Amino acid sequence: MGTVVLKLGNDVSTDTIYPGRFMATVLPTETPQFAFADDTEFNTKLKNKAIPQGSLIVAERNFGCGSSREQAASCLKGHELVVVAKDFARIFLQNAINLGLQMVICPTIEAEEGDEIEIEGGTVWNVTSGKRFPIEPLPKARQAIIDAGGLINYTRKLLLERQPIGGR
Amino acid sequence: MGMTYVQKLLARACGKTSVAVGDIVEPEVSMAMSHENGALVINQFEEIFRGIGREARVWNPDRIAIIFDHRVPAETAKTGSNQKKVREFVAAQGIGKFHDIRGDVGGICHQILPENGYVRPGYVVVGTDSHTTTHGALGAFAFGIGSTEMASVWTLGTILNIEVPGTIRVNVTGRFPEHVYPKDLILHLIGKLTAEGANFKVIEFGGETIRRMSTSGRLVLCNMAVEAGATGGVVPPDAETLRYLRDEAGVTEAIDVFGPDEGAVYDQTLSIDVSRLEPQIACPHRVDNVKPIKEVVGKKVHQVVIGSCTNGRLDDIEAAAKILKGRKVAAGTRMLVFPASWRVFADALKRGYIGDLVEAGVVLCNSGCGPCLGIHQGALGDNETALATTNRNFKGRMGNPNAEVYLSSAAVAAASAITGVISDPREGK
Repeated sequence: MGTVVLKLGNDVSTDTIYPGRFMATVLPTETPQFAFADDTEFNTKLKNKAIPQGSLIVAERNFGCGSSREQAASCLKGHELVVVAKDFARIFLQNAINLGLQMVICPTIEAEEGDEIEIEGGTVWNVTSGKRFPIEPLPKARQAIIDAGGLINYTRKLLLERQPIGGR
Repeated sequence: MGMTYVQKLLARACGKTSVAVGDIVEPEVSMAMSHENGALVINQFEEIFRGIGREARVWNPDRIAIIFDHRVPAETAKTGSNQKKVREFVAAQGIGKFHDIRGDVGGICHQILPENGYVRPGYVVVGTDSHTTTHGALGAFAFGIGSTEMASVWTLGTILNIEVPGTIRVNVTGRFPEHVYPKDLILHLIGKLTAEGANFKVIEFGGETIRRMSTSGRLVLCNMAVEAGATGGVVPPDAETLRYLRDEAGVTEAIDVFGPDEGAVYDQTLSIDVSRLEPQIACPHRVDNVKPIKEVVGKKVHQVVIGSCTNGRLDDIEAAAKILKGRKVAAGTRMLVFPASWRVFADALKRGYIGDLVEAGVVLCNSGCGPCLGIHQGALGDNETALATTNRNFKGRMGNPNAEVYLSSAAVAAASAITGVISDPREGK
């Protein structure tokens, strides 16, 4: 069970999640301090550890559009937030899977800030409203990466199993 | 069943005769590009090799390109140290296609790759930058990826587990009216498709107008395909592609030219006649918030920016110089020009455009990404408005969430710099 701590609309860009002026910071251990940096109130709560791990961000369509900056996924992963959106932009979705950020594609989600949410089986259960919303599976092409616990683990496994393709 | 251009390309890159939309494939990577975020790629790459008793070597140093462009010259000690880390890695791994901070061979990655012949038709190009879609202009399937994904490419030489995308075909006809450009076409298209209209798809550009268009214009179209959410934009190669690669990029090897099948199946087909297109403006704070210029004429602008991987090429600087020659940037407005590469700068200098711009009051900055994403020079003040030839106008994009950014062609930008308000270049005084 987690609480919705931020409710957002359509087309939340990676510039909103992780503003460009902090891009010189790259390490996943350092990026969380700049998550949603232009939303001073939310960013301050995150930095003060006032938001428990497992809390949810709920958004409408095309979450994570724009830049490929991986900081946008790593900064949320650092706070162990869960993102529930109607759908996600491609690069953000892949980055999040690669880093093990928990995402839920839920095309009909209805939730407000403060709602209590339970993610169970194939549904998002909004405990506060009592409504359940079906989850759409993540792209099947990426399932092997999710199963391996992220792309670093998966690539390491393949590296030990085979030769690179197209090497010099 | 007939295949689209990218289907055919992916089949070749996977050693297959055909692939279907939705197939999960692992194509061989022809070119893997990074910029300053190579520092994070290196971190993740070394992590892959940690504790397995193998030396961390990239799969093929000839297929990696690294270009410093996002914060050049370094604006902080932190950036300087990240760039130093990348420089040392490049030397240790023998990566030759490295473009350091230099006034001869430096510039923005999405101009450096084309002008040096690093991208060819049929290539699979990945880059740790969302505007990697640019390289589809030369007939590559080119798309942005994250840094960890790039570390995987550096290790294995392939891009793992991607789905063959569906394609939106855009047929373009008609001749551009005076002062209307490929930038206006792509803004118009993004407005029609919306920011998510091409998500997980490729936009394939064709038709008589595209055939007549220079590679410079095609680079603009493919660059901004990602603003409609597209995985890639692509122009199937033709005589112009060959001309560009031979004459401007110095490519001497054989070039593989093929096109989509006659009976290719598209998810969607759009037709656009540019002969009646007007200059277009993307208004704050969304790239798909596109309006014809007449709806925004007169809006005060404090800063005009020409540059970036979208519109910082020689033809953009030429259009601006022709409008600004013998005139002055308005008092109360500042204008910055960032050429797409130092080669572009040198060509513009030879032709006298740089002199014309500086005499008009333009501040000439070094080639780089700088103000486009608000990380290096050109930050806006509170409540200021910018008009830029760049590619994004998200809130905070030019360094200040309390400012706003409008996007346009170079001609609109130059005409507006003279008046200090958004102005239509077709009504030049």
